[in-house]
Amino acid sequence: MNAGIDVPTIQRFGALYIASARLKSMSKWRTIIAAVDIGNPLFYLIAVGIGIGVLVEQGSGTSGTNGIKYIAFIAPALLANTAITGIMDETVFPTIEGFKWRKLFFAQNSTPITGRQIAIGVYLAALCRAIFSVSVYYILLLAFDVVNFGISILLMPIAVLGGGGFGALMLFAAAKIEKEDQFFNILGRLVIMPMFLFSGTFFPLTSMPIYLQPIGWISPLWHATELGREAAFDYGISSTMVIVHLTFLITMLVTGLTLATRQFEKRLAK
Amino acid sequence: MSKPLISVRGLTKKFGDFTAVAGIDFDVAKGESFGLLGPNGAGKSTTMRILAATSTRTSGTVEILDKDPEQFGPLVRAHLGVVPQQDNLDGELTVSENLYIYGRYFGLSKKFIKGKIEELLEFAQLEEKRDVKVEALSGGMKRRLTIARGLVSEPDILLLDEPTTGLDPQARHILWDRLFRLKEQGVTLVLTTHFMDEAEQLCDRLVVMDNGAIMAEGSPSGLIKQYSSKEVLEVRFGSDRNKEVAPQLATMCERMETLPDRVLMYTEDGEALLEQIMQAKLHPTTSLVRRSSLEDVFLRLTGRTLIE
Amino acid sequence: MKTAVQIAESRKSSAMYAGRPWVLLERGWIAFRSTNWVPVVTGFVEPVLFLLAFGYGMGNLVGDVTTGSKTIDYTLFIAPGLLANSAMNGAIYDSTWNVFWKLNESKLYKTMLSTPLGPLDIALGEITWALIRGLVYSLGFLTVVTALGLTPSFWAILAIPAASLVAFGFASFGMAITSFFKTYQQMGFINIVLLPMTLFSGSLYPISVYPDWLEKLIMALPLWHGIEMVRAFWFGDLNSGVLIHIATGLFVTSRRLRALFLR
Repeated sequence: MNAGIDVPTIQRFGALYIASARLKSMSKWRTIIAAVDIGNPLFYLIAVGIGIGVLVEQGSGTSGTNGIKYIAFIAPALLANTAITGIMDETVFPTIEGFKWRKLFFAQNSTPITGRQIAIGVYLAALCRAIFSVSVYYILLLAFDVVNFGISILLMPIAVLGGGGFGALMLFAAAKIEKEDQFFNILGRLVIMPMFLFSGTFFPLTSMPIYLQPIGWISPLWHATELGREAAFDYGISSTMVIVHLTFLITMLVTGLTLATRQFEKRLAK
Repeated sequence: MSKPLISVRGLTKKFGDFTAVAGIDFDVAKGESFGLLGPNGAGKSTTMRILAATSTRTSGTVEILDKDPEQFGPLVRAHLGVVPQQDNLDGELTVSENLYIYGRYFGLSKKFIKGKIEELLEFAQLEEKRDVKVEALSGGMKRRLTIARGLVSEPDILLLDEPTTGLDPQARHILWDRLFRLKEQGVTLVLTTHFMDEAEQLCDRLVVMDNGAIMAEGSPSGLIKQYSSKEVLEVRFGSDRNKEVAPQLATMCERMETLPDRVLMYTEDGEALLEQIMQAKLHPTTSLVRRSSLEDVFLRLTGRTLIE
Repeated sequence: MKTAVQIAESRKSSAMYAGRPWVLLERGWIAFRSTNWVPVVTGFVEPVLFLLAFGYGMGNLVGDVTTGSKTIDYTLFIAPGLLANSAMNGAIYDSTWNVFWKLNESKLYKTMLSTPLGPLDIALGEITWALIRGLVYSLGFLTVVTALGLTPSFWAILAIPAASLVAFGFASFGMAITSFFKTYQQMGFINIVLLPMTLFSGSLYPISVYPDWLEKLIMALPLWHGIEMVRAFWFGDLNSGVLIHIATGLFVTSRRLRALFLR
């Protein structure tokens, strides 16, 4: 008996089936997702960009930010951070849910869909959220006249690349951990928050004491932010550094995805 | 006869238009093991929650140790041990910590509880698991711990809602053995179940509930005697033929129930009846002679099986 | 000798209150000893990170800040604001997600209510526990700040009870709204409300940078009162304005407590 199951097709498009299932369950949260992904960076932009921007203008003017207005200075960082937190949410929670809370992945894996396809599917759906959020936010930046339309459009792929690099590692981490009870606290407060604060987000990384700067060097947010500033405002970064930033993010993405797909297959086969 | 520990008259509970409990009466005497038997949705758990002083009633009277649980909630609850259907152990704590803090909720002294914990760990056969987080326990262990926890305050009455639902046969037997011991010690047990074997094993007296009402009341053997025959012959002819042969079978016994998968024939002598069927050349695919059970009582009273 | 039941019965109790809120603290402590210390410790780290980032990184860009009649170093300006903020965050975490979990997932409160404990025992116990945590956060933060030489005077110690009042207000409020929420989606809105309040309430810059109408709006946010109060104590800058902040805090808190238990 065979109800017309076409195994080769599943093998080719399995990841897309998973991704569309993920997008469907994400849509239950669409109000929250929109509010968080658009609201949070917007609040930071207004509060810090305008509020502290006034203080910065009174204090050092634009001398500390390579001549860029303060609100414009932080915009690429907030954009990249939106992509990072969005992708993190959509990789960490579904993965732990799939392996542990509701064991959905094991059900999916009992069909011809492979562990690798499940990993990629979850990841693709997470990228979709980032693309959506980043696009809306970019339009807001245009509307607020923070950036000018043109080459600054590169801000979007850069932000998604930053989020994608970090998200790939998170996909692996979430598939790896067995006991998640303290994971969210540690992740939120000891990884995400320091990364957000010390990646040259609100001030140039070099203005911090040298012993705090390594946090930025290993942070995808810093690399994405620097690239974004260069793309949008001609921030004055050497082309060598542009290549370094790009290499870092792409390496992170490829390594993360390789580890994650392997870990998915390993854990499903257990 | 001394006054009953629990006295329920005309108890009714409505949720909006839906009547969960429709005017039931019963008494539970001291030291008795009393059961509420019925399928899911019969109103057993609702009744239990009202007895446990954690839910209010729509009308009727309830007295537990001469007190209305609605008026004297904390006071009544001080006398009760409660074992809910879903284990609600404190997942952040270990086995012994669960027992300890539960005793503290009752205002018991640390010294008293410390001694009590040893006794209860032994009772629940969990001595070796005392410092283990409850998450790591098996279903049977969790249930035994929940029961032990309910006993920490040395209650007069232990309320058990579906105590063995979801447990494997071995874990059920261990649990029944523990509950027997409590009965021997004179603890009054009130339990709900939809397993007829459990009701037969554990209850001195029970009420059969369906759709919020009490259908019958008595001891397990008394109910079987009253509502069923001595033996039952179960025959199967295959899904399609059961209905076909039913009229012919009906003439051979005093009472018969046709279920989708088999036919139950009530008789005083099952073997003789089977012989008769064979002679009529009906040839069932399988046949089984057994004693009547509470399942048959329930079928007789409601026309339905307990587990659907 | 009295039996256990007699002891349990002899304790004074009513339908709402068994007079034993401290057993909740005991439970909190037992759970804390084994697992719960991670969120507490990491929660303490957060305001310190903010102080380092905004104080040292931002300080270079901003320089000095004028607040009221004084001109002070930027790092010194944000310290009390972050103290009030961390008190709020600690209290909110304990009284929202934590309460939501015990209410809807682990059903711990239901278990407690099947014992002689009443709802008021639980509420008082949980709020006190949240307060103690807020207090520990504040003390830890004050220690770090003092070590960095950012405490203006001995009077800064008074900022601790002030921060506790902030924690109390938000713990009661957080618990009250959580009791209405049923799904995780609804809980998500707490964070959405919290962030703008944190950012706009003047912990990172004086709200005088804003146009008049926005300033008035921010003054309606409870956290602004909390921050101003803590800051006033911090700098020993006590005036009649402080009384208004305290009165606002007590009013909001007691209103929410009533709403929670008398509905």
